[in-house]
Amino acid sequence: MDHSSSLEKILRSVAITLVLIFFLFPIAWIFLMSLQTNETILRIPPSLAFTPIIDNYTALITGQLRTAAGSLQLNFMQNMFNSVLLSVCSVALSLVLGVPAAYAFARFKFRLGEDIAFTLLSFRFAPALLVLLPLSLYFKTLGLTNTYIGLIWVYQLICLPLILWIVRGYFEDISPDIEHAYRIAGNSWWKTFTRISIPLAKPGIAAAGLLAFIFAWNNFVFALILASADKQPVTVGALAFVTASGIQYGQIAAAIIISITPTLALALYAQRYLVEGLSMGAVKG
Amino acid sequence: MAELGIAKVDKIYHSRKGDVHAVRALDLVVKPGEIVALLGSSGCGKTSTLRMIAGFEEVSNGSITLGGKPIHTLPPAARGVAMAFEAYSLYPPLTIGENMSFALKSSKLPQAEQDKRVKAMAGMLEIADILNKYPTSVSGGQQQRASLGRALVRDAGLYLLDEPMGQLEPQLRAVLRGRIKHYLREHKCTTILVTHDQTEANALADRIAVMEGGVLQQYATPAELKARPANLFTGTFIGEPPMNVFTADAKVSSDTVAFGVEGGATLTYPAADFSQSLREMLARTPRIALGIRPHALHLGDGPVKGKVMACQWLGDQTHVAVDVAGRTVVSVSQERVSRAPGSDVALTVAAGDLHLFETSSGKAIAHGGTLA
Repeated sequence: MDHSSSLEKILRSVAITLVLIFFLFPIAWIFLMSLQTNETILRIPPSLAFTPIIDNYTALITGQLRTAAGSLQLNFMQNMFNSVLLSVCSVALSLVLGVPAAYAFARFKFRLGEDIAFTLLSFRFAPALLVLLPLSLYFKTLGLTNTYIGLIWVYQLICLPLILWIVRGYFEDISPDIEHAYRIAGNSWWKTFTRISIPLAKPGIAAAGLLAFIFAWNNFVFALILASADKQPVTVGALAFVTASGIQYGQIAAAIIISITPTLALALYAQRYLVEGLSMGAVKG
Repeated sequence: MAELGIAKVDKIYHSRKGDVHAVRALDLVVKPGEIVALLGSSGCGKTSTLRMIAGFEEVSNGSITLGGKPIHTLPPAARGVAMAFEAYSLYPPLTIGENMSFALKSSKLPQAEQDKRVKAMAGMLEIADILNKYPTSVSGGQQQRASLGRALVRDAGLYLLDEPMGQLEPQLRAVLRGRIKHYLREHKCTTILVTHDQTEANALADRIAVMEGGVLQQYATPAELKARPANLFTGTFIGEPPMNVFTADAKVSSDTVAFGVEGGATLTYPAADFSQSLREMLARTPRIALGIRPHALHLGDGPVKGKVMACQWLGDQTHVAVDVAGRTVVSVSQERVSRAPGSDVALTVAAGDLHLFETSSGKAIAHGGTLA
């Protein structure tokens, strides 16, 4: 870095700027859309000159959407609540199940251990559509359709493999002798796991948890099929803006901005963990 | 301080490629306050033994007792054992000082006493200046000393030290050996030390257990190991440079004992140098393996003829490599000797310096003229 010429510096800045524009433009554009009415969004040619309005946001928050065709009830805030509930609960459950499991896979060699670990990972390869039909049939029989418990359970397909494999790599990087040193100093297995192993794997656990949260938040198809409107998250809820009287672009944009805010804030907050966790644990291991 | 008893202990590792018998029927007693070194090359079972004592490996067969109480079924925490790890295994989020005092936290000692102990230990190991640093920011040797200090600072019935000085500079090693031995003695610590360095074992240990292939070869004091090796393995393993070994045929007559060494030379000694029972035995089974330590093989007038291959003055001793009938033997002299490569040389050895072993089993027959 220190030896790079000024030309290299300029080229690097240009490259970074291009990448930033590529990734940030859609978000910026949607943000601008969310401050406009359908008319100004759809005018041709498009223009950046408009009077910003916050009607889209107030409509979402109050749940009253007034269009030319009349007033419409929205339950966007309910969707938002569902998203938070489903993502938080499924990540929490995955952490409770996945972190000890990852530790077991990392530390102990047992019969069929690798096969079980791989089977769990394979849930990530399988397209959701593959399991949806059998799942919806089972869910009907079990009475799990349109329940939070059912959805949280299905979300494990997304969260658990991710947490298991990332955290496992992290545990494998911790020398067993560090745990041994703690145990021989008079501490139980459980105390060693909670006081030494978990804190040392914290960056990996945080990164895995965050990624799992983002994947769970972004999931669309499970909730679309297995739940009805009152249990659906924002990803599905945004469909409500495609109405008979037209597509409410302004509200969709506002809904997107609101719905990406939690994941964006989390990612920014945990950025350090994310980079550290993903570059040290699973990749190296 | 407690007596450690290891009785008929086996360690078998099961794997898909087959079972590995790492430790076989090990019997070992370490007396209270005794310092014992487990010495052997890599894979000899010494680390497996240590880990079984610590409780990180299960005992496949047999029992381990500490102070008369069986401990091999207890979890590591309940065994009352302290250990220094070869790979240091310090807790990364804690400073060197916290790492060392950490094990004392549960000891219910007053804080001032804990601090005092850690300070004294750090002073002894010369790491007092890095107590506030984190493990990742200090050198390997410093981490190793911190790990050693973390084990020694505790009050334990038994101290297990796995290659405790492997990463230290030679100068520091010699100084620390002395201090650590003094410390262990003063506190009457029962200690087991695992090492592959015989200088370290000799310097620290009261007794040395030599292991090879999972089997205990000999358990004796350093001096006895050198003077009376139990078999050909310990004979050649202990001592630097290693023992010269020849196949020889003994010829016992009424007033002499002669050894016809492979390559044609004959070493002849008065019969009086060998005990009656040894002479009788040699008469029955004349074929033996003859071991001669380099320090006992003297240049000068003698029956063994050879040509000098290399002659090296090391500052305090001379190593002379001699070609005897196609075999390379090494002679060590305390004086400065210079012989041109290629020159003829004769070698001699006193009857009292001969080690006799069985050719088939390698078991020792006699040392210095008397039966082993």
